[in-house]
Amino acid sequence: MFPEPIQKRSWFAQISYKVALPIALLIWLLPLFAVLLTAVRPAGDINAGNYWGMPSDILWWQNFAEVIFNSEVGPYMINSLKITIPTMLGAVGIACLTGYALAIYRFKLNLMVFFIFIAGNFVPFQILMVPVRELTLQIGLYNSMWGLVLFHVAFQAGFCTLFMRNFIKALPFDLIEAARIDGASEFTIFRRVVLPLMRPAIAALCVLIFTFIWNDFFWATVLIQSESDMPVTGGLKALNGQWVARWHLVSAGSIVAALPPVVMFFAMQKHFIAGLTLGASKG
Amino acid sequence: MFALYVVWPIGQSLALSFYQWDGLSDPTYIGWDNYIELWYDPTFLVALKNNLIWLVLYMLAVPLGLGIALLLNQTVTGIRLIKSLFFFPFVISQVVVGLVFAWFYDPNNGLLNIVLAWFGFDPVSILSDEDLVTYGIIAAGLWPQTAYCMILYLTGLNSVSPDVVEAGKIDGAQGFRMLWSVVLPQLRPATFIAVVVTVIGALRSFDLIAIMTQGGPYQQSQVLAYYMYEQALSEYGYRMGYGSAIAAVLFAIMMVYIVGFLVKMYRDERGL
Repeated sequence: MFPEPIQKRSWFAQISYKVALPIALLIWLLPLFAVLLTAVRPAGDINAGNYWGMPSDILWWQNFAEVIFNSEVGPYMINSLKITIPTMLGAVGIACLTGYALAIYRFKLNLMVFFIFIAGNFVPFQILMVPVRELTLQIGLYNSMWGLVLFHVAFQAGFCTLFMRNFIKALPFDLIEAARIDGASEFTIFRRVVLPLMRPAIAALCVLIFTFIWNDFFWATVLIQSESDMPVTGGLKALNGQWVARWHLVSAGSIVAALPPVVMFFAMQKHFIAGLTLGASKG
Repeated sequence: MFALYVVWPIGQSLALSFYQWDGLSDPTYIGWDNYIELWYDPTFLVALKNNLIWLVLYMLAVPLGLGIALLLNQTVTGIRLIKSLFFFPFVISQVVVGLVFAWFYDPNNGLLNIVLAWFGFDPVSILSDEDLVTYGIIAAGLWPQTAYCMILYLTGLNSVSPDVVEAGKIDGAQGFRMLWSVVLPQLRPATFIAVVVTVIGALRSFDLIAIMTQGGPYQQSQVLAYYMYEQALSEYGYRMGYGSAIAAVLFAIMMVYIVGFLVKMYRDERGL
């Protein structure tokens, strides 16, 4: 293990490490604390210029309730869910199949298809912007959630396929061979042998895609115009314009919008990190 | 489907960059004119320069992430929770990060200026200062990016072989030397991925700029990604061809890295 475990160091070093850790954390999350503190302040404090002193009253939920029920944040959140969940299912579903195909079958263009998927992943969004917008307009899905979902599925399929392929490649191939010898059809092999083994990968991908899509802002602004279909990221920007200097509402709104991915992250932490760090530990 | 939405549009965009088009009437072919105009467009040059600043400074996320990972790679009580909390900024939407930092930088009441005032500095208004604005936004961007690099290195550190570290110890390597010549070589995969995601992150910087400054003041915080969007789809009229030309430049920069990445992947595949 590197660096050397702190337990082997002097008693003084151990104490100072334990003291330094929370302080470092506090500084690291300072901007967040600032927001949290602002979100529980009554409006009066903000108007009176009492930003950082003791709040005159701590409102544990009023500002949040105000944001969720009396502004568009509530509907925006629902839109975000309506966009995120179908995308997650679609992209991961497709990737299971394409990843399987690329990992198991040897065909001529295999490596090329794989590389196109990888390269596509790194492409700057902006170069896709104008044509994708035109395409979405032409098929009549501009300004609708389905247009956005369709694009996200297509784009994320690239990343998911890459992920799935590497995962399936690492599975023992003998297993599939054995099933083939037993006379199982290809589809049965996929469904009965490979799919159950893919569960951790599927979970990891779902969490990742959920977070990515939830946090997407660029495509939401490009493909959606009307307020009624806007996901929460784009919505927050609009509300930020309305709420000039009403920082307690901006803060509360930000927290509410950030919450679903955060909950997702803490609930599925192991999968999330396994997904993100894929490839970071092996060459 | 991927081809329809990703591969084909790249080609279309590249083609479109040779046209003048407002999105309504028929596009007119104008050859290299868009690119020539770019060359003389001061905002484009600012954006290009800022993109380079982004690329260079964003790289700080890699050593910073490594530093925090080394700090946290211990086994004391509660370390798991602390690691998660350090990782926290990455999970949050960039829109929220932008709002959080805008509030943090707020010239009148932002926390930053209050802290500066304690130390006797004059307040600075980072987001409306032409010279500071890009750095202010990059600092906001570094926050989640560092968290990302940190988690990559934490995972990498897990797989550092203890035997090799022990062997290094016997050879008398300590502290920084140990890190540099024994541990870092073993972290190469993590470093590689960290660099790749950071480069992509730097070139994709769009959300933060849209939220925090919209390229201002006076276009001084402009980057290619946002400038392209503004040209192609803003209230100043649709200049799709010109926007596509900007995107093509961005694509060309990115292509250097994509090719590098593919070459490495190809070698790995061969090695398998």
